[in-house]
Order: sequence, then C-alpha cells, then structure tokens
Amino acid sequence: MQSFILNGKPVSVDCPDDVRLLWVLRDLLGVTGPKYGCGLEVCKACTSHINGKAFNPCSVPVGDLEPTDEITTIEGLPATVDQDLHPMQQAWLDHDVAQCGYCQPGQIMTAVAKVRAAHAAGREITDADLDEIRNVCRCGTYFRIREAIKAGAANM
Amino acid sequence: MRSRSIEPEAAEAAETPERTGIDRRRFLGYVLAAPTLVVAAKLAWDGKPAGASVPSLPEPSDLMDLGDVLTLATLPTSGLITIVIGEDGTAAFALPRAEVGQGLTTAVAMLIADELDLPLDQVRMSLADARPELLFNQLTGGSNSIRSLYTPVRTAAALARQRLVQTAAAQWNADPSTMTTKAGVVHGPRGRTATYGSLAKAAAAAANATAHVQLKAQPTVVGTPQNRIDARDAVTGRKQFTMDLQVPGALPTMVCRPPTINGTVRSVRNAATVEAMPGVTDVAPVDTGVAVRASTFGQCIDAIRALDVDWGPGTADGKSDANILAEIHQAELPMVVPKVPILTQTIDAAFTFPFASNSPLETGCAIADVRTDRAEIWSCLKSPITAQETIAGQLGLPVDKVTVHVTQGGGSFGRHLFWDAAAEAAQISKAIGKPVKLMWHRTDDFRHGRTHPMCTSRVRATYLLGNVLTFEQRHTSVATDFTHGLGEILTSLASSLPVGNLGFSETVFALTQNVPYNFGVTTQLLNEVDTGFHTGSMRNIYSPNVTVAKELVVDQLAKAMHKDPYRFRHEFLKDDRSRAVLDRAAQAGNWGRTMPAGTAQGIAFHEEYKGVCAALVEIDCRPATVNRPIEDGVTGPRVTKVVFVVDVGLPINPRGVEAQMLGGVMDGIALALTSSLHLKDGLPLEGSWDNYFYTRQWNVPPDIQVIVMPPTTGQPGGVGEFGVAASFAAVACAYARATGTMPTTFPINHDGPLAFEPLPTVPPIPQSPTDGLSHTF
Repeated sequence: MQSFILNGKPVSVDCPDDVRLLWVLRDLLGVTGPKYGCGLEVCKACTSHINGKAFNPCSVPVGDLEPTDEITTIEGLPATVDQDLHPMQQAWLDHDVAQCGYCQPGQIMTAVAKVRAAHAAGREITDADLDEIRNVCRCGTYFRIREAIKAGAANM
Repeated sequence: MRSRSIEPEAAEAAETPERTGIDRRRFLGYVLAAPTLVVAAKLAWDGKPAGASVPSLPEPSDLMDLGDVLTLATLPTSGLITIVIGEDGTAAFALPRAEVGQGLTTAVAMLIADELDLPLDQVRMSLADARPELLFNQLTGGSNSIRSLYTPVRTAAALARQRLVQTAAAQWNADPSTMTTKAGVVHGPRGRTATYGSLAKAAAAAANATAHVQLKAQPTVVGTPQNRIDARDAVTGRKQFTMDLQVPGALPTMVCRPPTINGTVRSVRNAATVEAMPGVTDVAPVDTGVAVRASTFGQCIDAIRALDVDWGPGTADGKSDANILAEIHQAELPMVVPKVPILTQTIDAAFTFPFASNSPLETGCAIADVRTDRAEIWSCLKSPITAQETIAGQLGLPVDKVTVHVTQGGGSFGRHLFWDAAAEAAQISKAIGKPVKLMWHRTDDFRHGRTHPMCTSRVRATYLLGNVLTFEQRHTSVATDFTHGLGEILTSLASSLPVGNLGFSETVFALTQNVPYNFGVTTQLLNEVDTGFHTGSMRNIYSPNVTVAKELVVDQLAKAMHKDPYRFRHEFLKDDRSRAVLDRAAQAGNWGRTMPAGTAQGIAFHEEYKGVCAALVEIDCRPATVNRPIEDGVTGPRVTKVVFVVDVGLPINPRGVEAQMLGGVMDGIALALTSSLHLKDGLPLEGSWDNYFYTRQWNVPPDIQVIVMPPTTGQPGGVGEFGVAASFAAVACAYARATGTMPTTFPINHDGPLAFEPLPTVPPIPQSPTDGLSHTF
C-alpha cells in the first residue's frame, strides 16, 4: 500500500513500488492535470510539486514517497494560496497563453517553482531563469509564457 | 456589446451586390422542427477569384487556392450546421471540426455571439461526432475552417436572433422593426424585455421552414481581441484530452513496435510470461506490433520492454538519409528556361530539407470499445468521416454502427489528419475483446509516427538590366500521403479545378504555391518518389520549404542586382497589399539598422490562404551565443528579435491570430536551426524531445512583435498554418547574411555531428527514469 498526501489530503493506493507516480496519479487515482509527453523527464508536461518543489512524477517510483510527502498537482495549486486561481494561473489567463493547453499545467507548475526559487534567493525572475525552463510547448506559446511568468511573479 | 435595431428591408437594396450577383448580406436559413429553437444555415460560398493584372501570368493558386477548394467542397451540406437555443439562454453549437489549439472554437463562438447579440460566455461549443452525412464538410485542414464556416455559422446565428425577435414581437403585439437585442435579451416598446431563454421554446418551429435573414453590416465582436473560451479549463487542468476520459473498462494499452518502419511480427516468443507480469491483462499481436494492456501505462512499458519478438522486415529497411536523397535527386525534374536574351545572367540554387516531425506534445492516442455488433471510438480526428468509414471497413461493421467521438487535441500540426491511433485501438479492442485506452510512447511517436517528407527544392532565376526574366522552381519530395479524405475532395471537384489533370499531391502543390513577385515567366513544379515511409501533411505542407528556397534566391537576386533585400522585394511584389505588410515589417523592425559583425537582419514575404505576411528577424551567430551552454540541448544561433506582420483579410480574433503567428515563428525557428529527423536503417534516430530539437525556451527570441493588420478584404483568410513559411525564410535569410554563407540544408545543423546519443531500437522504448527526486527545484 502506497501512502502520501495529494493536494492536501492523505491518499493510499494499492500498487507495486516501482510504478512511477505519474501513472498512480493518472491511471489509478484519476488525477489527470499532469500530462504524459515523454515519460523520460524531458518534456516536463507532468511537472508537479513535492513539498513545494517542482519535480516530474514520470520519473519517481511511487515507493520512494514517504507518507508525509506532500504532492501538489495543478488541481491543488490554487489551494496553496487559498484562492480560486493561483496568481500564476491568473497571469496565464490575462496573457491568453494556452493554445491546445496540453503542456500548460506543467508549464504553470514549473513557473511557480522558478519564481519561488528566485524570490527565495532574494531576487526577481530574469531572462536567464526563463532560458533554463525545459518544458516543451509544441504549439510554440513560449513568448506568452515568458510574459505571463514575469506578470505572475509580481503577484506572488 | 452594442445594441442593434432590426434593419428595415429597404436597407438591403442599398447593399451593392458584388460580382456574384448575390446580395452579400442576405442569406437563406432554416428553422428546424424541435422542442426548442433550432436554426440551420443555408449554404453559402464567398470565394471569388483574385484578379491579377501583372506581367507574370496568374498561377493556379492566384485564381483558386486549396482553401477555396475545401470551401467549395463544403457547399452541398453546409445547411446541416445547426445552432440550438436553450431555455437557459445559451446557444449551443457542435463544431464539425477539430480543436487542436488553433483557437477555432473561440473564433466560431465569436461569430455566433456577434450575430446573436449574445455574450461570448453564453455560447456553448462542443465538437461534433463523425457525421457521414456531412460528406466533405468535416475535414479540419488547409487553414480552411473559418473560411468555410464564416457565412453558414453567421447565417444560422442571425436567423436565431431574428426568430427570437419575431417571437417576442408576436407576444407583445409589437412591430419587430422597433425592437433591439442586447446581450441575450430582446428589448421592445415601453421598456419590455425578454431573455432569449424565456423565448426559446415559444420560438421553436412545429415544422421545418426556410427564412431569409440579413447579416450584420458592422460586427461588434468579430475583429475584437478575445481570450480563448477554454483558457480557464486549460490552466486549471480541467480541460479533458483523450487520455483524460474515463471510459468503463478501457485500461491503458500500448504497442511494442518493430525496429524498422512497418516491420511485421513473425512470432512472440514469451507472450505467456509477459501476460503474467504485474498488472498486465492482455498481450496480442496486431498489424503494427504487439499490443499490451495493463492496469497502468507504466506496466505497459515494463511489458513492452520484456517482450521477445521475432520481427519481420518493414517497408523502409536499409533506407537512410543518404540513399533516400539519392532517390530524390534521380526524380528531379529538369529546368526549362525559356529563350532569354544574350547577356542574361543566371542564378542556380539547390536546397535539401530532411524529414521533420509534426509530432504534437500529446502522442497518438485513442479509446476504443469494439463489440461484436458495434464500436465506439474516442480520438482527436481532423477527418473523422474518413476515419469512421475506414475503421468500419476494418472491423467489418456497417458505418452507422461505428460511433466516432472527436476529442480535444493536444496539438496536431497535421498529425491528426490521419487516424492511425484510432484504427490501431479499434483493432486491438476487437482482438482482445475488451475496451482499450491506447497511447503511443513518445519514442514511437517520433520513430513510427508520420513525418514531413524529405525533399529538395531547386531554383533557377535569370535577370537582365534590372529585371528578373524567369523564375523556375522544381520541388522534389518523398511522397506526401493525402489519403485522409482530402484526396476524395479533390477527386470530386477535379473537373472544376484550374489545374488540369494532376495527381493529388501535384494538385495541392499547384493550389498552394506561387511566386508573389513580378519575375516574368515563373514555373513551379512538384515531383514525388514513394519510399515506404509514413508521411503526412505538416503545418503549412509544402510552403515552408518552397518559400525558404524562393526567398533565399530572392536575396541572391537582390545582391546580384546590387539592391537592398527589402527594397528589392518592395519593388518586385505584385500588389499594394503585399507591399503594405512588407513595409510595415521593415518600418517596425527598423530595417537596415547597423548591427555588429556576426549578427544580421533578414526579411521574407509569404502569400497564402488569401492573406499576406512578412517577417523581419534579427539573428546572433557570434560564437559566444552559438556555444552558450545548455545541458542536453541544441543552442546554436539565436534569433533575438522578430517582427511579424500579417494581413489575413478579416481577422476574426486578432489575439488568436497573434497566437497562431507566435506559434508559426517558433516552428520557423526550429525548422531553420534545430529540428529534423535523421533516418538510419529504416528508422529515425530521434526518440525524445532532447533528440528532436523543437524550439525550447533557450531558443526563443526575447523580443517578438506581431502586428495584425486591420481588415482589408472583408473575408477571413486562413490562420493556423500561416506563420511558418515567412518566419522560416526570414531566419534563413538572416543567417545567410550574418555568416556570409547561404545555407543549403535545413536545419543548418542537420549534417553536423549528432547532438545526442540515439536510444536503442530493441526494446523499442526506453524505461522511465527513477531519479526524479534528485532533480527537484
């Protein structure tokens, strides 16, 4: 039995240790915000947070999680700030970033983590930070993503 | 939204009929018998030949382009497009097209909101199931959707509004011409109001009837920038793609694929062992490999990697970049330079474009539940009718027993014109007798998914005394597969097309390609070779490659004739509309500004889909930039600035047009600098996004400006594919100017050392990493 905290609530699921968390979330728990784009920790479409930091569930065996580990997917992001939408999601709407939308949950989760890291280091997000983002957007929304992250960061 | 009064009949007479002889704002619609108000549109086709009074003879695409053909094909059945007014005051429309990110649902909702005087958020858009009775009218491609739906959708919406007003007028015993509508409410005399919802039932028809309706003279929503209607669902994770749907019993399913394209299964040596693995429910050989079904996709991956399969040969065994290119060279058509005066100078150039991938981020996927007497399919399909017919044939079921649901797509770029995953899912479901949720692995999507075929483009231009006398282009390509329904459309209209008796591919080529400059005698021809690959249309089909070759030679001509690349284009472009976008790009991009060595500007022009566009880019090819360190990523030259100016005739949603151009720019940068497939021994080497280098953030220009020109023609042109060709060409031209060398293979790094270590081909897919927790940030 695998136990962890998902979007603020403890969950338990019966599956082997080596099944990657992405499949536990999507196939067994029906949490479909994190998307499959490669399963290789490359495209970053599944990016979610573990204890507040960005990670890729496609590359974490569920058995590696502790019962106290807090997993946050896009579905649970607004609750982390007690609002209907996280400021980064609002910035995404304001800049009409999404095209097909498939990569956007992962993009937003990455953006939030990058801004938190910059703020933790006592500075604002820079173009160099944005250049480090590896999330693929095949629709090519990259430019609006950059604008939205800068705008969203101002409200975080 | 502004209110609007019913225009008296007399106003119609003032509307000048155009050359068709039909009043352009008065259309016939239907009110259909139903419990609530249901309206349908009468067919309408607004395509008209573009005049050309220029030294170069008009080419087929000047007279009628691919979009016109698709629009023409939709004529006989457009009347079946219906809008339902609900008692909750909403207007519901089942779009007979796919939404793959191009913003079509938003643009069509805007058309409805505009003519109905209804708030945009009261329009409910869904995607229609496959409707065989629509014949050709359910193909999403050729950037044609808005062009073909523009008039029918507005007609239906206007008729709904007219009917609601008439219903209120009857109830109030008032004169409808004194009444107005605003934001879903009918306003009558003495301040009386009625919501559309309250009128929907009374407005319903007891029997089908026709009615004339007049369209708005001045739109209030069309032409205003609007955010996507599905944006909130997208950013909250609520937007549902195929693999997010919960269909009872449809367990995760994947396919173990062969080491060469179209390789076959001779035998599976360990099926029983694999079937006993944790979570695995079924192992079944199918046409495309060996299917496995399990509780999770992770367990499917484990099973695929454990399978021991004896593979038979495929259709492209032994084929690699070099020998495919040799086949193409053998098929290249000769140039036929007409007689030109003595002293005429000639420029010859030849370009090579390797295979490229249209793979969207969402890999191929479909849900299928096939029973003995019926089947149900869920998949993102841009030609669902042909898919339905093909799958029904494959399953041995009547077409009406196969229900095909069109789902939201996570990108397409041409990939979803075909139904590969849907057909495969159906075959697997039938083979194992259970519902399946089939998903392709990323590695398979690159290696076994459809490709944009390798091609060459050769140009010969002659010039004398400041004039270009001839411009010939010969495009030679591995065959593009058009058997997704477009072929049937072209066949049905063959006799009415201005291209003579050409094959499918040549027809598409002739209908999409042109030379927009006054270059005297121009010819552009396509020849194809079939090499056994999975191919298909990739965003903008032939145009990106044809345009790059053309625009690079334009720069060569300018140089040879001692003219500035921008001034040269300005001088030779055929019309003022074209010059307007070029001039705007040059002006907004500060063309000709002084730049450091190793950096340069490039400018390019493209005309298609009844629109014109121009791109100006700046590129930095200095070593410090080219060699900037990015782990497992291709850096190379960086495009530092883009100005993209587009005139689509009538932009329905300027913000959506801008979004599509931004995407086209990213595609253009990738095609010029970083992204291609390397074919080796019958399979692409690329198997991940860190192998196939689509544009990533470190390649994105920090400065991009998209300028959407105000309406020019009054008719909406195509948008979804339009941004690619000019962007690609401008980057290529800028690179040539920055480095002093015109590249002849694209992307420029294709022939360099491989930037990655290829994944193995057996097992066909890599295992997912386990070290994700050591890379948190």
